[in-house]
Amino acid sequence: MAMSEYLLSILIWLPIAGGVLLLAIGDDDDASSSRAGAMRYVALAVSILTFILSIGLYTGFDTTTANMQFVERTGWIAAIDVWYYLGVDGLSAPLILLTTFITPLVVISGWDVIRSRPAQYFAAFLIMEGLMNGVFSALDGLLFYVFWEAMLVPMFLIIGVWGGERRIYATLKFFLYTFLGSVLMLVAFIYLYRVTASFDLFDWMSAPLGLTAQKLIFVAFLLAFAVKVPMWPVHTWLPDAHVEAPTGGSVILAAIMLKMGGYGFVRLSLPIVPDGSKYFAGMMIALSLIAIVYISFVALMQRDMKKLIAYSSIAHMGFVTLGFFIVWHLFGESGAVLGISGGMVQMLSHGLISGALFLCVGVLYDRMHSRQISDYGGVANTMPVFAAFMVLFAMANAGLPGTSAFVGEFMVIIASFKANPWFAFFSATTLVLGAAYTLWMIKRVVYGEVANENVAALEDLNIREFIVLAVLAFAVLLIGLWPAPLVDMMNVTIEHLVEQAGQTKF
Amino acid sequence: MYSYYLTIVLAPLAAAIVAGLFGKQIGRGWAHSITIFAVGLSCVLSFYVLYQMYWGGATSENISVYTWAVTDGLRMEVGFLVDRLTVLMMAVVAFVSFTVHIYTIGYMSDDPGYQRFFSYISLFTFSMLMLVMSNNFLQLFFGWEAVGLVSYLLIGFWFKRETAIFANLKAFLVNRVGDFGFILGIAAIFTFTGSLDYVTVFASAESVAGQSIEVFPGTPWNAMTLICILLFIGAMGKSAQAPLHVWLPDSMEGPTPISALIHAATMVTAGIFMVARMSPLFELSTTALAVVIVIGAITAFFMGLLGIVQNDIKRVVAYSTLSQLGYMTVALGASAYSAAIFHLMTHAFFKALLFLAAGSVIIAMHHEQDIRKMGGVRKYMPITYWTALIGSLALIGFPGTAGFFSKDLLIDAVKESHWHGQGAVYWIAYLSVLLGVFVTALYTFRMFFLVFHGEERMDKETKSHLHETPWVVTLPLVMLAIPSLVIGWPAVEPLLFGGFFGDAIVVQSGHDVLGHMGEAWHGPLALLEHAWQTPVLWLAMAGLATAWFLFLKRPDIPETIQRKFAGIYNLLDRKYYFDDLYIKGFAAWGRGIGDFLWKRGDEDLIDGVLVNGTANSVVRLAGVMRQLQSGYLYTYAFAMIIGLTMFLGWLIWFR
Repeated sequence: MAMSEYLLSILIWLPIAGGVLLLAIGDDDDASSSRAGAMRYVALAVSILTFILSIGLYTGFDTTTANMQFVERTGWIAAIDVWYYLGVDGLSAPLILLTTFITPLVVISGWDVIRSRPAQYFAAFLIMEGLMNGVFSALDGLLFYVFWEAMLVPMFLIIGVWGGERRIYATLKFFLYTFLGSVLMLVAFIYLYRVTASFDLFDWMSAPLGLTAQKLIFVAFLLAFAVKVPMWPVHTWLPDAHVEAPTGGSVILAAIMLKMGGYGFVRLSLPIVPDGSKYFAGMMIALSLIAIVYISFVALMQRDMKKLIAYSSIAHMGFVTLGFFIVWHLFGESGAVLGISGGMVQMLSHGLISGALFLCVGVLYDRMHSRQISDYGGVANTMPVFAAFMVLFAMANAGLPGTSAFVGEFMVIIASFKANPWFAFFSATTLVLGAAYTLWMIKRVVYGEVANENVAALEDLNIREFIVLAVLAFAVLLIGLWPAPLVDMMNVTIEHLVEQAGQTKF
Repeated sequence: MYSYYLTIVLAPLAAAIVAGLFGKQIGRGWAHSITIFAVGLSCVLSFYVLYQMYWGGATSENISVYTWAVTDGLRMEVGFLVDRLTVLMMAVVAFVSFTVHIYTIGYMSDDPGYQRFFSYISLFTFSMLMLVMSNNFLQLFFGWEAVGLVSYLLIGFWFKRETAIFANLKAFLVNRVGDFGFILGIAAIFTFTGSLDYVTVFASAESVAGQSIEVFPGTPWNAMTLICILLFIGAMGKSAQAPLHVWLPDSMEGPTPISALIHAATMVTAGIFMVARMSPLFELSTTALAVVIVIGAITAFFMGLLGIVQNDIKRVVAYSTLSQLGYMTVALGASAYSAAIFHLMTHAFFKALLFLAAGSVIIAMHHEQDIRKMGGVRKYMPITYWTALIGSLALIGFPGTAGFFSKDLLIDAVKESHWHGQGAVYWIAYLSVLLGVFVTALYTFRMFFLVFHGEERMDKETKSHLHETPWVVTLPLVMLAIPSLVIGWPAVEPLLFGGFFGDAIVVQSGHDVLGHMGEAWHGPLALLEHAWQTPVLWLAMAGLATAWFLFLKRPDIPETIQRKFAGIYNLLDRKYYFDDLYIKGFAAWGRGIGDFLWKRGDEDLIDGVLVNGTANSVVRLAGVMRQLQSGYLYTYAFAMIIGLTMFLGWLIWFR
C-alpha cells in the first residue's frame, strides 16, 4: 500500500520529472543524432511507466464509494490555508487513465516525425501529462488553478514552436481565449475563499451561498469551462489551434484538454453552485443543442481535414454538456444519472476517437504535407491497412454501435428524451449529420480512383503508426462492446453528484 | 441450447475476423473454406433449433449473455430471445447466407478483394443474427446499425467506382434518417417504461398506451402511437419504404451476391421483422397501423411501376424488392404479422434466387447488365433459365409456387382487414396490393422474356463466350429454387393458421384477420383449387400475357407507348423525381446551410465581430491611450490641473 498512498503524486511528478530531465540534458537540434534517439526512448519509457503505474488507479479503485480515494494531503501555504490536496473519484480517475493512456501513443506518433528540437518536444508532452493529471486530481482550489494555468504553457509552446504557418495567430488566440476565461475562474475562487476561508473544494461544496452569488460564480466558471469544452459561441479558437498544432498537439488538445471544461462543470459548477447551475441550465442545454446542430453543418463544409475533425469535436462535446445539464429536468427520477454518465463516457470516448482521427490525418500529412481533402482521393488503393483504420474511426465518429462513441451518445439521447423530446430530437440529428460530414470526407479521401501522383506514391502504415492506431482501435471497440467496467467505476460518484446538484444552498 | 445459440452467432463472427485480418496470410481457399464452414455450421444449428422448437417441444428462451452496462437502474444487456419467430428468421438468414457464400466462390473468383468479400458477408451474417436474436432494444439497434455498416462496406466494395461510393454514402445516410426516428422511438420506450428489455416493455405496453405526451404544447399524443410511428420510421429506412426507398436501387452498385443476400433476402426485411417483433406495441395503436398500411401500399404499387421502365437487370429486381417489401408492410398494417413473415420467408428464397440468377447471366454476359443487350439466353444457360423461371413464377404468385400461397393469402388478409374502416385507408391498401399483382407480373416477365427469350441482341464476341456458369454458381440456384417452388405447401398452414408463432406475435382479437380467415381454411389444395375464382390469379395472368404480347410478340409497341406517353415515362424514368428532390434539394440545402453558418456565422460574426472585433477595439483603445502618454511635461501638467479642478469642483458642488 505504500506506493498507492503516493500514486497520484507519482502520476503527476514522474512525467514532469522526466520532462525536466529531457530539458536538462537537451539535444543538439539534430533529430538523427544518437543523443536525440536516446531522448525519445527516455520519453517513451517515462510515459509507459506512468501508464503502467496508473493501472493501479483502476485495480485499486473502490467502485462502491463516492468518497475521494488515493487521497494525499499536506500543508502547502499555511498562511492562506492552501493544501497540497489530491484525490480521485469516479469522475476523475477515468480521465487520468485516459491521459496516461494517450500520452505514450502521442510520444510514439511523434517518434521520427519531429525533426527540430525533439527532446524539447517530448519534454513538453511529458510535462503536459503531469499537469493534466494534476488538474484531474487536485482537490484544493488554488492547486487546481495552478495546474490549470500551468497546463497552458506547454500547449502554447507545442503549437507555437512545432506548429504550422499561422501558428502565432493560433497560439495567441488559443492563449488569450483560454486565459481570459481562467482569470475569471480565479476571481470566483478568491470570492469563495473570502466566504469560506478555505481553498478546500469540499468546504466550497458545503458552504451556503446566495442565489446571486451562485449565479455570478457560475458565470465566472462558465467562461473558463465553456472556452475549454469548447461550447458555441466561444469555440472559434479550436479549429485554428488544431490546424496549426502538430499532430501530437492536436491529439492532446482534443483528447484531454477539451475534457478539462467538461470536468470543470461536474467537479466545480454542479456541486459548488447547484442553484446557479440550475438557473442557467436552460441556456446551457440550448447552447449544447446549437453546438450539435450548427457545428455539424459547419463541419460538413470544411475543406481541411483537421478543421473538419475539430468542428466535429465541438459537436460531440455538445453531448457532454447536454448530458450534464438535463439533470434538473430529471431530478428525482431515473435518467439524471444516465445523462451525466453518458456525458462522462462521451468525454472518454471522444478522447480516443478524435485522437485517433487526428493521428490518421497526421499519417497522411506526414506523407503529403497537405490536409486539404481535395488533394486526396483513392487512398485505399495505396494504403489499404490505413484505410481500414480510418474507416473504422470514421464510423466510430459517426456513433456506430459497438464503438465507444455510441455508448455516451445513446445514454444522453435516451435520457434527454425523457427530459424533453425536443432535446432528443435535436441531439439525435447527429445520427444523420455526423455520418454525413464524416463519411463524405471518407468518400473523398479514402475511396475512389487514385487521384494524383502523390496519392499513387503513398506508402502504407509503418509498424509504429500501426501500433498506435491498433491500440486505439482496440480501446474504442472494447468500450463500445463492454462499457460496464467504465460505467461501474463512475456510477456511485455520479449518483452522489446528482444529489449535490439537486440540493439548495441558500 | 445456449451453447448452440452462441455458436450460431459467434461462428460467422470468428470466421469474418480470421478472413478479414489474416486474409492475405491464409489465402483464398482458406478464406472461403473457413467462412463457408462457419456459416454452414450456423445454418445447420439453426435448422436444429427450428426442429427442436417445432417438433422437439423446446420452449422459447430468454437468456442474458452479458451485462453491457448498468446505470441509473437501467440494465443494458446483450442477450437472446429465441422463440419461433426468431428461429424462423435465423433459419432463413443462415440458409440464404450459406447459399450466397457458395455462390460467391464463382461470382468473385477473379476479384482481388476475394478474402475481404468473404469477411464482410460473414460479418453481415453475424450482425443479422444478432439483430433477430436480440432480446432488447439496445442490441436490436446494434444489429440494425451493424448490418447497415456491412451494407455500406459492400455497396462500396468496388470503391474505385464513383457510382459505388456515391451509392454507399447515400444508402448509409438515408438509413440514418430512418435510424434517427428509430433511436427516438427507443428513447420514448425508455421514457415510458424505464426499460429496454423486450419482455419488460411488452408487459407494460397496456399502461403506456393509456398515457399521452405533449410534444407540441396543447396537443396530447398517445404515447404508444408516438413510439410505434418513431419505430416504424426506422423500419422505413431499413426496409426501404417510400419516401426513404431511394437508397435501395442504387445499392445495386454492389456485387450481385450481396444484392441477393442483403438487399433482397435479409437486411431489408429487418424492418418487417422488427414490426412483427413489436406486435404487442403496434397492436395498441390503430393510428400507427394505419400509417404502416398506407406507407406499405404506396410502396407496393408505385415502386412496382418503376420496375417496368428499368433496363438494368438488377434494378428491375431491386424495384421488385421494394414493391414486395411494400406488400409485407401492408400485411403488418393489416395486423396479419404472420402473413408478412411468411411472405418475408418465401420472398427471401425466390428473390435471392432471382438475384443470383441475374448474377449468373451477368457473369455469362461478361458483366453486361442491360437487358436490351440480352435475349435468347435460354438455350445457352439451361439451369439458370429454369431456376429463373421458377423464381419469376413464385414472384408473380403462380398457383402452387411458394409465392402463390404467401401473396394470395396476404392479399386476402388485407381484404379482410375491415377494422381499418371502409374509408380511404382500407381502399388504398387493398387496391394497391391487388393492382400490384398485375404490375408485378408485367415487370417480372418483361425482364424474363427480354433476357431469356426472343432475339439475341448481344454482340458476337459475347455470344461466342456464352455458356452455363460453373457449378458453384448453379448449385445455389437449385438450392434456392427448391424452397421457392415447394415451401408453401408444408409451411402455409402452420405459419398462418396453426399458431406456429405462439406468443411471439400478439394480435388483438378485433384485428385478427388471419384467425377469421382460418375458419374458412381447408388446406393448401383447396386454396389452389379455388385460385381461379379470385381476381389475384387473373391479374397475374393478365400481366404475364401483357408482357408476352408487348415484349415478345410485338416489341415495337412499347416504343410507341413510350413516345406517346413521354410525360408518364419520364416521371417513371426519373423515379418520381425523388432523387432530384433529395440531392438537389435536401443535400444542396444542407451544404448551403453549412456554408452560411461557417462563413457568415463563425467567420464573420463570431470571429470577425466578437473575437477579432474585441481584439481590434483593444488595439484602438490602446491607440487612444497612447496619445495621452506623449512624454511631454506640459500635457501631464495640463491633465493634472484639469483633473484637480474637476475633483475640487465635485467636492464643492456635490458634497
